[in-house]
Amino acid sequence: MFQTLLFYVFSTVLIAAALGVIFSRNPVHSVMFLVLAFFNSAVLWLLAEAEFLAIVMVLVYVGAVMVLFIFVVMMLDINIEEVSGSLTRYAPLGLIISAIMVFELMQIIWLRGSERFVLEGFASMPEGYSNTKALGAILYTEHVYAFELAAVLLLLAIVAAITLTMRKRPGLKVQDINQQVSVRREDRVRMVKMDAEERQ
Amino acid sequence: MIGLQHYLTLSAILFSLSVAGIFINRRNLILLLMCIELMLLSVNFNFVAFSRYLGDETGQVFVFFILTVAAAEAAIGLAILVVLFRNRRSINVQELDSMKG
Repeated sequence: MFQTLLFYVFSTVLIAAALGVIFSRNPVHSVMFLVLAFFNSAVLWLLAEAEFLAIVMVLVYVGAVMVLFIFVVMMLDINIEEVSGSLTRYAPLGLIISAIMVFELMQIIWLRGSERFVLEGFASMPEGYSNTKALGAILYTEHVYAFELAAVLLLLAIVAAITLTMRKRPGLKVQDINQQVSVRREDRVRMVKMDAEERQ
Repeated sequence: MIGLQHYLTLSAILFSLSVAGIFINRRNLILLLMCIELMLLSVNFNFVAFSRYLGDETGQVFVFFILTVAAAEAAIGLAILVVLFRNRRSINVQELDSMKG
């Protein structure tokens, strides 16, 4: 019963945070609401006994990706007045479409589903079950190829982000390694033939 | 008891909210990126809920990979955003029409 109450509290905060992301005028506030949303979803995953993913969510998302977002938002010096004239002419259409989507998904989840699976809680895990251990056991055996692909993808993201944002500034004093290595003796040494001078 | 349907409902509401957010915020590119992150989060909710419902950890491994892809996407998207802002001094989506699309 306590878990049910917790679920409803945290999901209410999650939806409120999502609304805050969408409707707040300042982008910095949006990022803060997004941090709140990710934190609440981590708690909800903890309630669903997916502990490893909850911790990864806090560490990777709140700790790294959201900090990246905040960096970029604060670095870009966006004119808030220019941006904040929200509610374009597509806004009513978007709200109608999302309301229809929610309605149809509720139909599928609650009405059609009630015939087939009864409403029941998740089966609780046996004692001594470790979510992290179970995930690791299949992540490094069955899904090891996908795991390596994910590593390559992250490397690709690093290279892409660096090459996109690196800029060449003129007048910078840097060594040209290629020119240094490929220099030959004739470029630097000049042999001068001259007569010997008299002793003074 | 909190079961599969509750998590699916929450994820459906979250997904629809982020779709509405993409429709509403057509001026700020960084808000569009945030709405995409929210969408990925709701998809992850589905994966976690079904993984717990079926008692199969593979769904949680998929969430792990989705998190990886989302982190890469956020990094590259923000890098593109920075380059765009450096060139155009604006991240308004409605001004990005130089390709006449």
